[in-house]
Amino acid sequence: MAKRPVALGAAAIAGGLAVFVLAPLIAVAGRAEGFSLGPSDIAAVRFTLMQAALSALVSVLLAVPVARALARRRFAGRGILITLMGAPFLLPVIVAVLGLLAVFGRAGVVNDGLALIGLPPVSIYGLHGVVLAHVFLNLPLAVRMLLQGWQAIPAERFLLAQALGFGPREVFRHMEIPLLRAVMPGAAVVIFVICLSSFAVALTLGGGPGATTVELAIYQAVRFDFDLGRAAVLAGIQFALCGVVTGVAWMLVQPAGFGAGMDRGTGPVGPGGWRIWGDAFWIGAATLFLLVPLTAIVLRGVPGLWDLPHSVWVAAGRSVTVAVISTLLTVPAALCLALGVARAGRGAGALDGAAILPLATSGLVLGTGLFLIVQPFVPPARLALPVTVMVNAALSLPFVYRLLLPEARGLEADYGRLAASLGLHGVARLRLLVLPRLARPLGFGAGLAAALSMGDLGVIALFAGSEGATLPLVVQRLMGAYRMEAAAGAALLLVTLSFALFGALDLWGRRHAAA
Amino acid sequence: MRTSILAMGVSCLGLAAAADTPVLTVLTYDSFISEWGPGPAVEKAFEATCACDLQFVGAGDGAALLARVQLEGAGGDADIVLGLDTNLTAQATATGLFAAHGQAAVTGLPVAYDDPMFLPYDWGWFAFVYDKTKLATPPASFRELADSDVKIVIQDPRSSTPGLGLLMWVKAIYGDQAAQIWADLADNIVTVTPGWSEAYGLFLAGEADMALSYTTSPAYHLIAESDDTKAAALFAEGHYMQVEVAGKLKDSDVPALADAFLGFMVSEGFQSVIATTNWMYPAVMPAAGLPDGFDRFRPEKSWLLTAPEALTGRAGALAEWQNALSR
Repeated sequence: MAKRPVALGAAAIAGGLAVFVLAPLIAVAGRAEGFSLGPSDIAAVRFTLMQAALSALVSVLLAVPVARALARRRFAGRGILITLMGAPFLLPVIVAVLGLLAVFGRAGVVNDGLALIGLPPVSIYGLHGVVLAHVFLNLPLAVRMLLQGWQAIPAERFLLAQALGFGPREVFRHMEIPLLRAVMPGAAVVIFVICLSSFAVALTLGGGPGATTVELAIYQAVRFDFDLGRAAVLAGIQFALCGVVTGVAWMLVQPAGFGAGMDRGTGPVGPGGWRIWGDAFWIGAATLFLLVPLTAIVLRGVPGLWDLPHSVWVAAGRSVTVAVISTLLTVPAALCLALGVARAGRGAGALDGAAILPLATSGLVLGTGLFLIVQPFVPPARLALPVTVMVNAALSLPFVYRLLLPEARGLEADYGRLAASLGLHGVARLRLLVLPRLARPLGFGAGLAAALSMGDLGVIALFAGSEGATLPLVVQRLMGAYRMEAAAGAALLLVTLSFALFGALDLWGRRHAAA
Repeated sequence: MRTSILAMGVSCLGLAAAADTPVLTVLTYDSFISEWGPGPAVEKAFEATCACDLQFVGAGDGAALLARVQLEGAGGDADIVLGLDTNLTAQATATGLFAAHGQAAVTGLPVAYDDPMFLPYDWGWFAFVYDKTKLATPPASFRELADSDVKIVIQDPRSSTPGLGLLMWVKAIYGDQAAQIWADLADNIVTVTPGWSEAYGLFLAGEADMALSYTTSPAYHLIAESDDTKAAALFAEGHYMQVEVAGKLKDSDVPALADAFLGFMVSEGFQSVIATTNWMYPAVMPAAGLPDGFDRFRPEKSWLLTAPEALTGRAGALAEWQNALSR
C-alpha cells in the first residue's frame, strides 16, 4: 500500500528529469544540418576522460584517510571544521581558480616560499593543475560522502568490535572495507561526472588547447562553427560516458549490511599510538589544502566589500530567492527518488541512471536547447528566473539523491519490515521513521542544493536580459567592466551567502540527527 | 512534466506582453547592458527622442552573439544586433538574416571601413597590457616577445573575440610564418582562458607579465582608478583592430525604428558615452573629443583583414594555433 505512491512518484520524477535534460539535446539535434566529429574532438574526449578519472580517483582516495580521521577523532572545533571544509565545493569556478592561484600560481605563496629557499618555481598549469583544482573543489564532497558512511554504522557495532578486541587491521577488514564498498563507488561517480563537463577550470589551468575538454569542443561547435549537429553528438557522448560509468558503479556497490542499532555508544574509537599522529596529519593537511586558498579568496574580496554597488545587493536577494525555491523543489524530489530506488527491485538501475543524468549535461547544450524550446512562445529573457530555478533544481538533485541513497537503503533494510508490521505508512512513516533517520543527509543535501543554486550561471547567460541579473552574473559583469576589486567583493558576498545557507541547513540536519 | 509547466508559464506571459508603445529590441553582449556599460545611458538618450521602448537583450559575450542570432533565425524578436566584430561579419552576412543599414560610412576609424550590412559604433586596437613597475622594457614585436621570457596570458579564439582577434593579428602580419610564431610563443603563454575577463583578472593578480587586451585598457585604470602603472606594449609591426558593428535584422517588425536607432548610434548621444563605458574609441569623434589617456598608446600601423579574408582564413589559422600550442 505505502509503496505505491513512493514508487509512482519516483518514476515520475526520474521521467521528468530525463525529459528535462534530454529534450534540449533533442531540440538542438533537431536544428542540425548533419552529424560529424572533427579530429580534435576525439582528442577532447580522451583528455576529458583522463582528467575526470584522475580527479575522481585522487579525490576519493585522499578522502578515505581524511574521513576516517574525522570519524574516529574528537577535538575542539571538529564540527565547524567539517562544515567549513564543504566551502570549496560551493565556489564559483573563476573564484576558486583565483584562490588556488594565490597559493600555487606563479605569484603564489608556494612559489614565493620556494624562491626564498633558492628553489626553482613550480608551474600549476597542465594536467596536474587541472586535477589539483578538481580535487580542491571535490575533495570536500568526497570526504562528506564517506563520513556519512562512517556515521551510518550503528554505534553498537563499534562497541562490539571493541569487546571482541578488534585492532585497526580487523576494523579495516570487517567494518571499513564493507563501508567503503557501499559509499566509495557512488562518490567517485559523482565526482567523475562533475569533472566530465568541466570547462573553465580545465582550460584556464590546463594551459592551452591541449587541455580541450568535450564541453569546450561543444563551445567551439556552437559559437565558432555554428555546427549544432556536432554539438549534439558531443553532448550525447558526454551522456554516454556518464551512463557507462554510472552503470559500472551500480554493479560495484554493495550494501554494507551493518544492520540497525539503538544509537547508544560513542561511535568509532580511534586507536592510539602513532595512528593518532597519522590522523592528525591527514586532518591538518586537508585543512591547509582547503582553507589556505579560501583565506586568499576572503582577503582578496574584503577590500571590495565596502563599496559594492546597490545592484549587487539586489542581485544577492534575487539569488537567495532562487536558491530557496530550487531547494524546496529538489529536496522532496530527491528524497522520493532515493526511497523509490531503495525499495524498488527491478527498474531501480534505470531510476538511478536518470537521477545522475543532469550532472552529465553540457551547460551550453542545455541552455541552447531550452532556448530553442521556449523561444517560439515567449522572449526567453522573460523566463530568466524561472528557468534558473528549474535548471538549478535539476542540476543539484543528483547530489542530494546520492547523499540520501545509501542511508535510504540502510533504512529499508533495517526498518522496512518493522515499519510494515507496525502498519506504519504514509505521512506517519515519513514523520516518525524517514525524516528522523535521514535528517543528517537531508540537511547536508539541502544545504548543498541551496548553495549550488546560488552559484550556477553557465546555462543562464542565454536568457539574461538587462534586468533580473543574479549574483553570479553580476560578478561576471563587474569583471567584464574592469572592476576586479568590486567583482572580488561580490564574489566573497556570493560565497558567504552560499556558505551561510549551506551551514544553516547542514547544522539543522546534524542537530536533528543527534536528537 | 516540467516542460508542460514551462509551456503553461510561457503562454501566460505571452498574454501579458501586450504593449502600446512600439518596442525596439537590441540584442547585444552582456557587458554592454550592465550598469557599468554604455547600455543605460544609451537607452535613456534614445528613448528621449524615439517615443519608443528600447529593450536590450543580453546574449552572453560577443562570441555568443552570432550563434544566438542564428539560433533565433527568422522568427526572433530582435530588431538590431549590436556587438559583432569584423571577424564575424562575413558569417553573419551569409546567414541572410540582415538587411542593408543605409547609413553613410563613419569617419572616425584609422582604416576605411564601409560595409553595406554592418555599421561600426566603436573600435580599438588589440594590445598586450603590462605593468610599468614590473616590466621595464616590454617586447616591441611578436618576434621579440617569442624570444624573451616574458609571460603572457591570452584568450581562446574558440570562445572569445579578443582570442580570435589575436589569431587574425598574427596571421595578418606573418602569413605562412604564423605557425612558427605560435610555436615560438608557446613557452611564453602561461595559459589560455575562456574569455577576456579571466585573462585580465589573472594578469592583475600577477600570474602573467602581460595580458591580451586593448590599447585603451590603461586608460581605464588611469581615469577610473587614478592608477598610472598600466601600459600597452606597442609593436612596431602594427596592431590588429577590433571594429564593433551593429546590423539591422531583415525581419524586424519596426524597420523604421531600427533605422532611427542606427542613425542615433553614430550620433553624439551614443558616441559620447562609449569611451568611458565601453573603453573603446568611438566610431565618430564626439564634440568633447577623447578623454585623457586615450591618446597615449597609438600604434603607427593598423591591421584589419577584410571580412571575407577573416572568414576563409580562420579555420586554417585555428588549426595552426591548436597544433602549435597543443605540443
